[in-house]
Amino acid sequence: MIYRRFFNVPTYRIRSPWEELHRMRQQLDQMFDDTPSQRASAGVFPLINLTEDKDNYYVRAELPGVKSDELDIQVTGNNLAISGERKIAAQEDARYHRREREAGTFSRIVGLPGEVDTDKVEARLENGILSIVVSKAEIAKPKQISVS
Amino acid sequence: MADTQSKELKVREKQEVASPAEQTMPGLVFTPAVDIFEREKEITLLADMPGVKADDLTIDLRDNTLTLSADIAPVDNTNEEEVLIEYETGRYYRQFTLGELINQENIDAKLNDGVLRLTLPKVEKATPKKITVKTG
Repeated sequence: MIYRRFFNVPTYRIRSPWEELHRMRQQLDQMFDDTPSQRASAGVFPLINLTEDKDNYYVRAELPGVKSDELDIQVTGNNLAISGERKIAAQEDARYHRREREAGTFSRIVGLPGEVDTDKVEARLENGILSIVVSKAEIAKPKQISVS
Repeated sequence: MADTQSKELKVREKQEVASPAEQTMPGLVFTPAVDIFEREKEITLLADMPGVKADDLTIDLRDNTLTLSADIAPVDNTNEEEVLIEYETGRYYRQFTLGELINQENIDAKLNDGVLRLTLPKVEKATPKKITVKTG
């Protein structure tokens, strides 16, 4: 397990010889930290965070610069499809010093772990963060059973 | 640029700040991805800062050093259970050294959909004035 964590390191740009050491130390720190970091990323844009409470699933994704009308969200069964396009206007007559932001299309399907009510889905795009609330189906909600 | 517009976006891990200085505040700090381009009259900087509100953003320019730093409002999800976590959130920090003199009074910053657009107008160089010498 430990070896896995070591070699599963994504490639970073190394700026100084100490940075790699620094990163290793951070990863060791993370290992002994008991925060649940299940970083089993599917490697598909956009990266999402999925959380749940007893009524809803919450899907969040960072989509800076994406307009709501360029985004398409669909729910079928318990699959949530997010697709769209991020457009960046090219500056023809300007001289670029840095060009790190990327434009392009994306599409991702997120399988939700339980049954959902497809009629009760709300999506909001605020400050570049997409948050979708999907209601769980009645049968999937936990029932409180009182002990008499 | 039509071909680059339609390509598929790839996942890029958020870059954590290597270490600007020792952090006293807890939490992660990320480097925002930026585009910087220059025209005759101004330099424009675009930075991806998802989750940042205008009030949380600090832009500081002194001695040719431009510093961008932003706090994000923590997501209110304390009663939610994590199922899958692919990205982490944190503050943003990045510094640039500017080669040009900037007209500090006309700096314009706009934050839209998590993207900061910063326009830094250059100081107009003193245009040489031709003086004609009259005779007589």
